[in-house]
Amino acid sequence: MISFAVVFGIACIGLAMALNVYRLIAGPDAVDRVVALDTLYINAIVMLVLIGIRLDTGVFFEAALLIAMMGFVGTVTLAKYLRRGSIIE
Amino acid sequence: MIIEALVAGLIVVGGVFTLIGSFGLARLPDFYTRLHGPTKATTLGAGALILASMLHFSTQESVLNLHEFLIILFLFLTAPVSAHLLARAALVRRVDSVTEGSDTADGHRRPDLEPGAGEPAKVEVDPVPTDDPSLATDGP
Repeated sequence: MISFAVVFGIACIGLAMALNVYRLIAGPDAVDRVVALDTLYINAIVMLVLIGIRLDTGVFFEAALLIAMMGFVGTVTLAKYLRRGSIIE
Repeated sequence: MIIEALVAGLIVVGGVFTLIGSFGLARLPDFYTRLHGPTKATTLGAGALILASMLHFSTQESVLNLHEFLIILFLFLTAPVSAHLLARAALVRRVDSVTEGSDTADGHRRPDLEPGAGEPAKVEVDPVPTDDPSLATDGP
C-alpha cells in the first residue's frame, strides 16, 4: 500500500515541479520567478523525502535539511535584492 | 497495518496539497494571489509528507525517529518570512494586481487612482423639509 502511495506522491510532486518550471519561465515579473524558485526548492525537499521512503534509506535527510536552509537564504537574498537593488548595505 | 494505512493516506494527502499549491502558482491571475498557493497549500503538503516519512521510519526501525521534524520546523518558520519579504518587494516594484491601484509602496491608498478621483467632491445637500409627508423621501 505504501509503495503505491509513494508512486502517486512522486507523480504529484513531479507534476507540481513542472508547473513551477512553467511559472519560472513564463513569470511576467522577477518576483514571480523568485516565488517559482522558492516553491521549486520546497518541492525538491519533498521529492527527496519520498525517494527516501521508496528506497528505504535515511541518507537523503541531510540533503533535504541543507536544501531547506540554503533555499531560504537564497530566497531572502533575492527578495532583498529585488526590493533595494543591493544586498548588503 | 493501521500505521501503514496512515502513512499511505498522509502521502496521498501531502502529494495532492503540494500539487494544488503549485497549480495555484501556475494558474492564479496576479502575483499577490499567486503568493498564496506556495505559502499555504505547499507548506501543508510538505508537512504531511514529512510527517508520513517520520511515521514510516519510526515504525520500521522501532525507534522514535524525530530528526525529520527539523525540516518541518524550518519550513513552517521560513515560509511566512519569505512570503512577506517577496510581497514587500513586489509592492516596492509596483507589480500589477487584478484590483489595480489600491496600494502603494508605503501601504497607503493612492487617491488619484480611486474611482471618482478628479471629479469635484460631492456635497451632501440636506433634503428640503416639506410639510407634505408624501414628498419626504430618504434619498433619490
